[in-house]
Amino acid sequence: MTGADTHRAIDAVWRIESPKLIAGLTRIVRDVGLAEDVAQDALVAALEQWPESGVPDKPGAWLMTTAKHRAIDRLRRNERLERKHEELGRETLAQQEMAMSEHSSSADDLGDDLLRLIFISCHPILAPEARVALTLRLLASLTTEEIARAFLVPVSTIAQRIVRAKRTLTEARVPFEVPSGPELDARLSSVLQVIYLVFNEGYSATAGDDLIRAGLCEDALRLGRILAWLAPKEPEVHGLVALMEIQASRSRARVGPSGEMVLLLDQDRGRWDQLLIRRGFAALERVEKIDGALGPYALQAAIAACHARARTAAETDWARIVALYDALAELAPSPVVELNRAVAVGMAFGPAAGLALVDALTAEPSLRTYHFLPSVRGDLLVKLGRSDEARAEFERAAALTQNARERELLLGRAAACSRRETLS
Amino acid sequence: MRFLLYTTGDNTQPSAPPSQQMIDEVGKFTDETRRAGILLATGGLGPSTTRVRNSAGKLAVTDGPFTETKELTGGFALIEVKSREEAIEWAKRFRKIVGDGDSLVQEVFGG
Repeated sequence: MTGADTHRAIDAVWRIESPKLIAGLTRIVRDVGLAEDVAQDALVAALEQWPESGVPDKPGAWLMTTAKHRAIDRLRRNERLERKHEELGRETLAQQEMAMSEHSSSADDLGDDLLRLIFISCHPILAPEARVALTLRLLASLTTEEIARAFLVPVSTIAQRIVRAKRTLTEARVPFEVPSGPELDARLSSVLQVIYLVFNEGYSATAGDDLIRAGLCEDALRLGRILAWLAPKEPEVHGLVALMEIQASRSRARVGPSGEMVLLLDQDRGRWDQLLIRRGFAALERVEKIDGALGPYALQAAIAACHARARTAAETDWARIVALYDALAELAPSPVVELNRAVAVGMAFGPAAGLALVDALTAEPSLRTYHFLPSVRGDLLVKLGRSDEARAEFERAAALTQNARERELLLGRAAACSRRETLS
Repeated sequence: MRFLLYTTGDNTQPSAPPSQQMIDEVGKFTDETRRAGILLATGGLGPSTTRVRNSAGKLAVTDGPFTETKELTGGFALIEVKSREEAIEWAKRFRKIVGDGDSLVQEVFGG
């Protein structure tokens, strides 16, 4: 192997091993920042030694042993400092060293550690963007540079976010544990939110974007699948996985030949990824086996599943989608859910019924700058033959969207309205 | 990136059935790929193969040859990973468990 080959091989080993490594180390040293630092030390040692010695037979164990030695070195240094300051009351070095000499953890321990690491990375004490950065770094093994490129922000910003997040967790002495009781729901919802945020960031990437950006969808799916394996009894985990699998199944169909956006109902369904759709259905079935009532993610997944089941757009079961939106609006009411419900009502019961609901939302302050509102309104007006008003709505939507591809699509629809007016 | 990992082998030679220990280890390995969130689909490959060949427009279908064994003679896994190197690393780990023989790693496009 050449040096470059070995480096790529080490990179691959790192991607596979580092979440387990950092999780196991955090359990021992009780500090996620220190754990990541010594894991990085081990990576540096691997980069120095493996090109000469070859990749060891059990690279994960090698990295763990090396990282533990670094941890002992650092703790000894700290203890000397602490003795100087005559600080007492901390777990003694001897105890920690004993923890480190324990035999390799079982698969169950490992799973628990990984789950704890997910919960700590998504801890509500951190700002949402810090949770995202830390999770991608610790659990998806993305480098700081990759995260920065994916989120279109400077590397220094992400680096700072991660450093601060680790410091915050250390200072607050956040315990390395899976929350239980009433705390579990809130903490789990933060984890799911972080994963879905990563997914949406990737999903909104356009054709011209860096591939790393679109890769966020895969990162989020991978995290979701890991979580589903670690917390199989949580229905919303499977709900989120189902939602992401089905949405991801449409990735290729969402972009036309010249990079333009293609709306759901106009997509070539033959390009939908049937493997992901089946995986999504399977995840939804797991939700239903656990619990009769669907949570917000499972409901959104069930809506996505309605589209996935319809062989043509005309075969869509809109009445069922309306019913699912009703349930969602009850469980997690929001103007955006109402707007989506209005779309479904328009499809199920005619454009006039949909328009009445949309019109009731136009005064909603949180939707004032949301391009989807005028875009939906425009669509319903077209169906009612009110082309003139529709054109104005599409133009308004085009002015509001941040996405160039979407603007193109909306201006195209506005132009089509003008043509319709001329014809009539 | 998606990769298909699959084993190739000589189906004409009867091979000893895998030991219980190997079956357990392969099971553990499969769980590990699920836990890592990379496994999209997996399955075993049966012993009999049928070759369909188009030679200058002439289609030829050849069965077998078959071994006496009814055991699986191989398997495949469709995985989603960050790089070819990561796929290779997983293939290496699998090969270490099942021993001598070949595994092929091919990128899958579309889907």
